[in-house]
Amino acid sequence: MPSHLEHIKSESRLLRGTIAEGLADPVTGAIAESDTKLLKFHGSYMQDDRDIRDERRRQKLEPAYAFMLRARLPGGVMTPAQWLAFDALASNYASSGLRITTRQTFQWHGILKKNLKASIAAINAAAASTIAACGDVNRNVICNTNPIESEAHEAAYAWAARLSEHLKPKTRAYHEFWLDGEKLVGEEAANEQEPLYGPTYLPRKFKIGIAIPPLNDIDVYAQDLALIAIIENGELVGFNAGIGGGMGATHGDPATYPRLADIIGFVRPENLIALAETVIGVQRDWGDRDERKHARLKYTVDTYGLDVMKAEIEKRLGFALEPARAFHFDHNGDRYGWVQGHAGRWHLTLQVESGRLLDTEAHTWLSGMRELAHIHTGDIRLTCNQNLIIANVAAEDRDAIDALVARHGMDGYRKNSGIRQHSIACVALPTCGLAMAESERYLPQLLSRLEVSLDRHGLLDAPILLRMSGCPNGCSRPYLAEIALVGRAPGRYDLRLGADFQGQRLNQAYRENVDEAVILEVLDGLFGRYASERTAGEYFGDFLLRVGVLSEPRKIPLKVNA
Amino acid sequence: MNVALKPILPTPALGEERLALLARLTDGLSPADLYWVSAYAAALASLATRIPGHAGLAVVADAPAPAERPAERLTVVYGSQTGNSKRVAEKLAGKAEAAGLTVRLLRAGAYPLRELAQERYLAVVISSQGEGDPPDDAIGFMEFIAGKRAPKLPQLKFAVMGLGDSSYAKYCAVSRDLDARLAELGATRFAALGEADVDFEAPAATWSQGALEAVKQALSVPATSARPVSPLHAVSAPPLHSREKPFAAEVLENQRIVSRDSDRDVRHLELSLEGSGLRYAAGDAIGVWPTNPPVLVDQWLSALKLDGSREVTHEGKRLPLSRWLGQERDITRLTRPLLAAHAALSGNHDLQRLLEPDHKADFAALLESHQPIDLLRDVPAAWDAEQLVAALRPMTPRLYSIASSPKLVGQDEVHLTVAVVEYERHGSKHFGAASTFLAATGDEARVPVFIEENDRFRLPADGSRDVIMIGPGTGIAPFRAFVQERQATGASGRNWLFFGNRHFSQDFLYQVEWQEALRNGSLHRLDLAFSRDQAEKLYVQQRLREKGRELYAWLSEGAHLYVCGDSAHMAKDVHEALLDVASVHGGLSADDAKAWLADLLQQGRYARDVY
Repeated sequence: MPSHLEHIKSESRLLRGTIAEGLADPVTGAIAESDTKLLKFHGSYMQDDRDIRDERRRQKLEPAYAFMLRARLPGGVMTPAQWLAFDALASNYASSGLRITTRQTFQWHGILKKNLKASIAAINAAAASTIAACGDVNRNVICNTNPIESEAHEAAYAWAARLSEHLKPKTRAYHEFWLDGEKLVGEEAANEQEPLYGPTYLPRKFKIGIAIPPLNDIDVYAQDLALIAIIENGELVGFNAGIGGGMGATHGDPATYPRLADIIGFVRPENLIALAETVIGVQRDWGDRDERKHARLKYTVDTYGLDVMKAEIEKRLGFALEPARAFHFDHNGDRYGWVQGHAGRWHLTLQVESGRLLDTEAHTWLSGMRELAHIHTGDIRLTCNQNLIIANVAAEDRDAIDALVARHGMDGYRKNSGIRQHSIACVALPTCGLAMAESERYLPQLLSRLEVSLDRHGLLDAPILLRMSGCPNGCSRPYLAEIALVGRAPGRYDLRLGADFQGQRLNQAYRENVDEAVILEVLDGLFGRYASERTAGEYFGDFLLRVGVLSEPRKIPLKVNA
Repeated sequence: MNVALKPILPTPALGEERLALLARLTDGLSPADLYWVSAYAAALASLATRIPGHAGLAVVADAPAPAERPAERLTVVYGSQTGNSKRVAEKLAGKAEAAGLTVRLLRAGAYPLRELAQERYLAVVISSQGEGDPPDDAIGFMEFIAGKRAPKLPQLKFAVMGLGDSSYAKYCAVSRDLDARLAELGATRFAALGEADVDFEAPAATWSQGALEAVKQALSVPATSARPVSPLHAVSAPPLHSREKPFAAEVLENQRIVSRDSDRDVRHLELSLEGSGLRYAAGDAIGVWPTNPPVLVDQWLSALKLDGSREVTHEGKRLPLSRWLGQERDITRLTRPLLAAHAALSGNHDLQRLLEPDHKADFAALLESHQPIDLLRDVPAAWDAEQLVAALRPMTPRLYSIASSPKLVGQDEVHLTVAVVEYERHGSKHFGAASTFLAATGDEARVPVFIEENDRFRLPADGSRDVIMIGPGTGIAPFRAFVQERQATGASGRNWLFFGNRHFSQDFLYQVEWQEALRNGSLHRLDLAFSRDQAEKLYVQQRLREKGRELYAWLSEGAHLYVCGDSAHMAKDVHEALLDVASVHGGLSADDAKAWLADLLQQGRYARDVY
């Protein structure tokens, strides 16, 4: 039996539902529950401030509802003018500055219902969109941003943008609600279609990412459709394609699990759009629409078997995929500091803790980047590790930018410990409805405590990958971290260990449902061993496996349908 | 049973025959049924003693037919965070219905807590979150049952199913607590407590099956034939309490109902009238005898350099000065006699001049903007304690429009909506006597109160009439009572409320109750005006004009219109808006519009409770 959400989608008239009525209802700052599901497709989640939820219940006031808005920003690339527009939105309507997501885009929190339309319109006025930034559709297409080879990046980024544009939902509802588009009526309304997705869209979200070896900064194996750009002689010749990656899981439900994508072959650029459409089509038709927890492509792959999936994809494509080409990944982090690109242009990668851009006493990210956007002639890029890149800077402008960065305290990349430079946290409390424990608000504090321990063992500069997540759904890709903390309840986390440094091996649960004291104690012991027993250049996750703290990871058995 | 009866109780003059009948009647009854029989007899006794000359049975026969006892049905309540408990409850309810039972299924947040005392068969499916917390929607439900106001539940048969996650320390804590507490309140289990871990389907199904069998068996037994009496059927008795003899009402709840970021404080208070004999109707006010803020009394004493412990005799009453100032005298409102006395004592010419006829405006402005303490501080004068007590006005009670309907919350309870008057002016904090007093009341506090009837502010006797209510700010209070009353009496007329305040997110008083009223059909329209949510200030009168056409139509069809709140500005502005509405939509001339509104007043269809 199709899930409740499938009914909502099928009855929504291509994502309309009663959103318009809900926006106009002055009695509540919320919209109808069923409409919140549809609103995601428009790029927004309804949330409330969970810190004061109970207090407001006692005050006989409804929860402090507000909306999270997410931009669709393929490859995370924007102009300084766009930056200024996004910054203005943060000041005018949002409650907590700008947030860089783990999918290379901006998120604004705390937008009141009455300001939602003006906010979405402002994003569109800046030549960006929010359509399909959330929802059961192809999401923001991510792409490596800090390339070894700039020209190859430009080619790959162009494909990210084309995929993003091509796979957008076609419903006119978005224009009707937010951009004063004319309402379709009569026959026109009856004939409106969603050619790729159909009236019920996908069973679940769908993520596409493009990595450019040797950098796996986008964690390509965590994508539903994983694309690895193959560059030969400085030229983009095509992509290795993988299917079935995904991070989400549910505590205590062994039928759910994180999974890495399997490479199924190589595709030439001219066939890329066809491949993406085909994989999406198979998932649309074969994905589980009864149980949402089992609806991502990864479960479809495990249900039918990789071979069956690949055969179906090739059948629909009308040709066979070529064998995958060789490639190699060095790591899945960002390259901080200045990096030279082609034509004498320079790129500066800055570390943004948990992706939060705010003006505080310690640093003034909003003011600093505003100032930068007024003088910068290149572009600005967001990374999947919640950092940002000031890209395409002329050599002679570097000093001025360095000074600006230092003046605003944005130079953490020079000073921070290894672990701090390699950490990610999801938003979690108080706005995320799924969060079971703190994440972003707590990470800095935990890192400070871990740094004491690391310092004691002489590991302050060791690059250790730590990711924190308020729930098991995996926005911060915790299952690909050497150390992961996955929230269970306030103050309690599952401690997972042993992913590699390249984003190619999942970690394992090491301690379940433990508090900070246990986390610090366990890690301190392991840091001690790592400091004294590691081999040259050995990463923390690899070390734990080699010395037997963890056993070789279990392969998740593939279930194959008869 | 009859064997046991004799030794325990002194035998009344029943005679052998009636004793035998009684024994036959009570033989084999369950404890719950025995309680019921005893309540029945107690009610008869109560009626018979209050109306001498009537035999008990005759009174019952004459009384209007008592309310139907709620049909024997199974109520299934769920407290669900992720939807699992909800699904288990839905399944159980579905199966019970299929088995031919009368079933109602409710989420915990929607369960009418007042009905718990009458509930007969209750099944609860509830999950425990994190470290043993109830689901958000069930917090109120759990608090009520765990709290001191939970009723005894001898009539109740119940079964609880808990969903949890055994990886947490307090596994299924919520369901365990609930199960134990219901038993503690006198209820009996019709099925044992069920529990299920993350993998809940199978244990939940087993429990549901068992519970269903038990209920089926219980409900197929024919219900006892006796019809219940309503023991509290109205009997008038002389009031025990009045303005002069206030009742010390226990504070049951004192809850801030504006958000943390509001710079004003509004409280919802619930007081117990239990045992007071006080009765009220929707539209009435409650009088509160305040105690002046102790801080303010100290400020007086130090400003006047007087000793609070000094005994002062006035009109035959001897009390310490601090007590006079605290309880017996009004020290928050500046009056002409006090000002005159202070002017004379201080010899201050400016003050004396203010009292002259050609300085009326300045004088009025001073009264408006100052409290006595400001005067005492700014203009020193040599008061002695006796003079002071004599010059001050006696304490007067403050009236608050009652925010509850006794038909919904019961005569034993009364609710108030209190704007706390506390502000900074002339460099120091100023307090309103009663609101500060009420806001400071905690658990177990008692407040001296009485009921002030307001017959001019009553809902139409004809429940089919439409009602329009305009109550910005704490003017909302009586309309909460009205809507409750119309809901409790099943009035068929429509209810239209206009409310305004400063900010939607901060001071939308009783927001969730209005939302629920709109959902359940006890409120039909709600128009809002939040003055400071946009650049241009916006008030209810603007909404009246915007909705003028429909407003005029409602009134033309016989609707009653009520206004409550600020008299200085709001009531006048609303009055003007109503005149405009009559002109624009009724085509009336200015004079005719005035006559039309005057006629509504005359008919009692335009009532105001303004202050």
